[in-house]
Amino acid sequence: MSIKAFWSALLLVLPLGVQAALPIQHWQTREGAQVYFVESRELPMLDISVDFPAGSARDPSGKSGLAQLTHGLLDQGAGGLTDTAIAHRLADVGAVLAGNFDRDRAGVSLRTLSSAAEKTVALDILARVLQRPDFPQAVIGREKQRLIAAIREAEADPSSVAGKAFYRALYGTHPYAQDEAGEPAAIERLTRGDVQTFYRAHYSAPNAVISLMGDITRAEAEAIAARLAAGLSRSTVVPALPKPVPAAASDKRIAHPSTQSHVLVGAVGVARNDPDFFPLFVGNYVLGGGGFDSRLLKEVRDKRGYAYSAYSYFLPLGEAGPFELGLQTKHEQTDDALKVAQATLRQFIAEGPSEAELTQAKANLTGGFPLRIDSNKKILDYLSTIGFYKLPLDYLDTWVDKVNAVDVAAVKQAFARRIDPDRLVTVVVGGAGAR
Amino acid sequence: MRSLLAIGLALLAGGAQAALTDVTLDNGMRVIVQEDHRAPVMVSQVWYRAGALDEFNGTTGVAHVLEHMMFKGTQNVPPGEFSKRIAAAGGRENAFTSRDHTAYFQQMQKDRLELSMQLEADRMANLVISDELFAKEIQVVMEERRLRTDDQPQSVVYERLMATAYQTHPYRRPVIGWMDDLENMTAQDARDWYARWYAPNNATLVVAGDVKADEVVALAKKYFGALPARALPQRKPQDEPVQLGEKRIVVKVPAQLPYLLMAWHAPTLRDWEQDTAPYALQILAGVLSGNDSARLQKSLVKTRQIAVNASAGYDTVARGPGLFMIDATPAPGQSLAVLEKVIHEEVRRIQREGISAAELARVKAQVIAADVYQRDSLFYQAMQLGEYVTAGLPPEALARRVDKLRAVTADEVQAAAQQWLKDDRLSVAELDPQPLNEQARRATVPGVRHVN
Repeated sequence: MSIKAFWSALLLVLPLGVQAALPIQHWQTREGAQVYFVESRELPMLDISVDFPAGSARDPSGKSGLAQLTHGLLDQGAGGLTDTAIAHRLADVGAVLAGNFDRDRAGVSLRTLSSAAEKTVALDILARVLQRPDFPQAVIGREKQRLIAAIREAEADPSSVAGKAFYRALYGTHPYAQDEAGEPAAIERLTRGDVQTFYRAHYSAPNAVISLMGDITRAEAEAIAARLAAGLSRSTVVPALPKPVPAAASDKRIAHPSTQSHVLVGAVGVARNDPDFFPLFVGNYVLGGGGFDSRLLKEVRDKRGYAYSAYSYFLPLGEAGPFELGLQTKHEQTDDALKVAQATLRQFIAEGPSEAELTQAKANLTGGFPLRIDSNKKILDYLSTIGFYKLPLDYLDTWVDKVNAVDVAAVKQAFARRIDPDRLVTVVVGGAGAR
Repeated sequence: MRSLLAIGLALLAGGAQAALTDVTLDNGMRVIVQEDHRAPVMVSQVWYRAGALDEFNGTTGVAHVLEHMMFKGTQNVPPGEFSKRIAAAGGRENAFTSRDHTAYFQQMQKDRLELSMQLEADRMANLVISDELFAKEIQVVMEERRLRTDDQPQSVVYERLMATAYQTHPYRRPVIGWMDDLENMTAQDARDWYARWYAPNNATLVVAGDVKADEVVALAKKYFGALPARALPQRKPQDEPVQLGEKRIVVKVPAQLPYLLMAWHAPTLRDWEQDTAPYALQILAGVLSGNDSARLQKSLVKTRQIAVNASAGYDTVARGPGLFMIDATPAPGQSLAVLEKVIHEEVRRIQREGISAAELARVKAQVIAADVYQRDSLFYQAMQLGEYVTAGLPPEALARRVDKLRAVTADEVQAAAQQWLKDDRLSVAELDPQPLNEQARRATVPGVRHVN
């Protein structure tokens, strides 16, 4: 019964919140890096995340895959240390270096013990990786081949094929249209010079958001942030991405040997800072975000047994991110399942949620609020999201109130403004692809 | 199998055992409470010692199907109400079925534990499985199988390799069940399973979070303590006979890249104080692929560049017999034969020369750090307790596992590699990719887009 897709979708969409205020400290380094810090002494560990507007939407024209290649190369040789020396030094102190990468954002995160010896080594590696990546020529060739192999492998996955086609149909010529991993032919052509240029322009102090969470003092957090920022380039803040335009209605069928059809339906949705975000977010719980409380799962799964997973979500990005509704079902019943999903969406847009449904949605979201900030890892993610998207510092403190303020009329109006049921993008992957 | 490494590392993380309570109610139900007061939340998990391991041929997948039916109503709680009430209380809930167990959980604010217990105790005893709801849900489960196995080339390889490596042991059967068994499953099969295994004396409640142990135990007594114990069927060991020579299969499915999966029979932890091989094998997995430049990554991916991915994995804790596994995806233009040869070379090098002191220290440092990191997740702490107890190991085995791993010597790792990674105990599966676009070629409609 697990609904992985539902939860992962929900978590992506969820902003943070807090009942008892989370004491977020915020400052700016001399070079202009934004710093967010929460002190927590309960566990002897430290989490740091450093994020840049260097996601795939920043790929230059004709150089798709450059952002991801650059991000992946950061820890594959830096500050004179080889990829192996970096991996071994981190492992020797039990530290974990991880990357996160999406259309907007490229980041590096470090988890280390807060004891001095371990922390010193781990921070030294983090600084080298961020400030002095070597981009060795031989490693670039190897990592390009690995990226291309991953793209090829994903072609066998109908979910991945559907996702890529969905973004292309939704965003046309906008940078969000491009797949995060890029195109193999373009990746083949990328050079070390491309990587260095991209790195210098994007991984700069003024572009950086540094988030720290854990077992250090404010003074130490300031020292760490200052040290990390000081070694970055001073390239100016990258300009905002262009505004996406609403997509025209389309219906794309793609052949695939899978046993199921993967169905995606959607539209261009909202940006992080959109005033409609909360009505859409809360309303979507009723439509397709609230698991077994949601209409989509009831109609598609419970009543008809058409699919294991059926969901919808708004993914707010720096500019308007997608609204996506999805399900997977065996080929023979694809059209029936799609009709049910479309009718459910259409009815929801026309009528909005009932009072009872909305009450249930708000009860779950507000009652579950403490679960959103119950670990260092979750809080770090929130710090980096607040910082990257320039959300107000009291965002967590007001989150529950904002959910509670949503009423039926607000949901109805927000959906009517944002989702035109006659201009939806539909992608179906599976079967012969004919239509 | 992409997650081999993750699983290996996750298991390396030990349990931080502060304030653990472990009691057994009069009806035989075990209650374990791990207090952790960092946040005003808790997780409550009910573990049944009933998984795919306990199934019979012809009804494979029934443990998981029953898991689905557990959300479909009782004599007291109408269908859909369980989830609705938990959601209304701000909870997150779900369930998971594995080879060894079926478990149900709720994550909620700390003061809502009673609701979770009330509902779990009710469905432990009063489940209603209607023919009508079963008929819908079995369709959902078949879609789940298509989604997670049939359309995932590497999952198909894993499933077929399990069915090969194990010749008689029930681990040869997939948790989700064979499709033919799902197609022929009846509501009565699910009812029989429920009647056989869902009893307090076959269950463990694990609660972790900002709770008081005595209050949890009192609530458990109130709700679960009222349920009568039942006689459980005798469990047969079904030991796997010793493998008498290498086994090899080829799996042909639509895919873009070949893939190699190798599995050697290996022991799992039985006597946590006396056993040494399981701890040594866990360290061995870390030496092979515990970091981005561990032996497999360094040799196959970085230096020789014959693979784009490679990893090793081993599960220490299980009710049944274990496997030590290595998987790899070849780099473009490289054959699986070469890949396999180099993997054998790496294994033999350890068998011949052992591991370095630096490698051993590195894996232990990771174990120690991971033991701290895992305390950041309540859910994971509860999960580990449930897995240990369900596998027949005491919580003390979890509390002491970091000590046991730290005590492993380089000689023990070499000896374990020699004893367990023998060619005659190996099963190998090769993914032979078939074209993705067969159907597209048959499509005659002009202008049809297709991948590839």
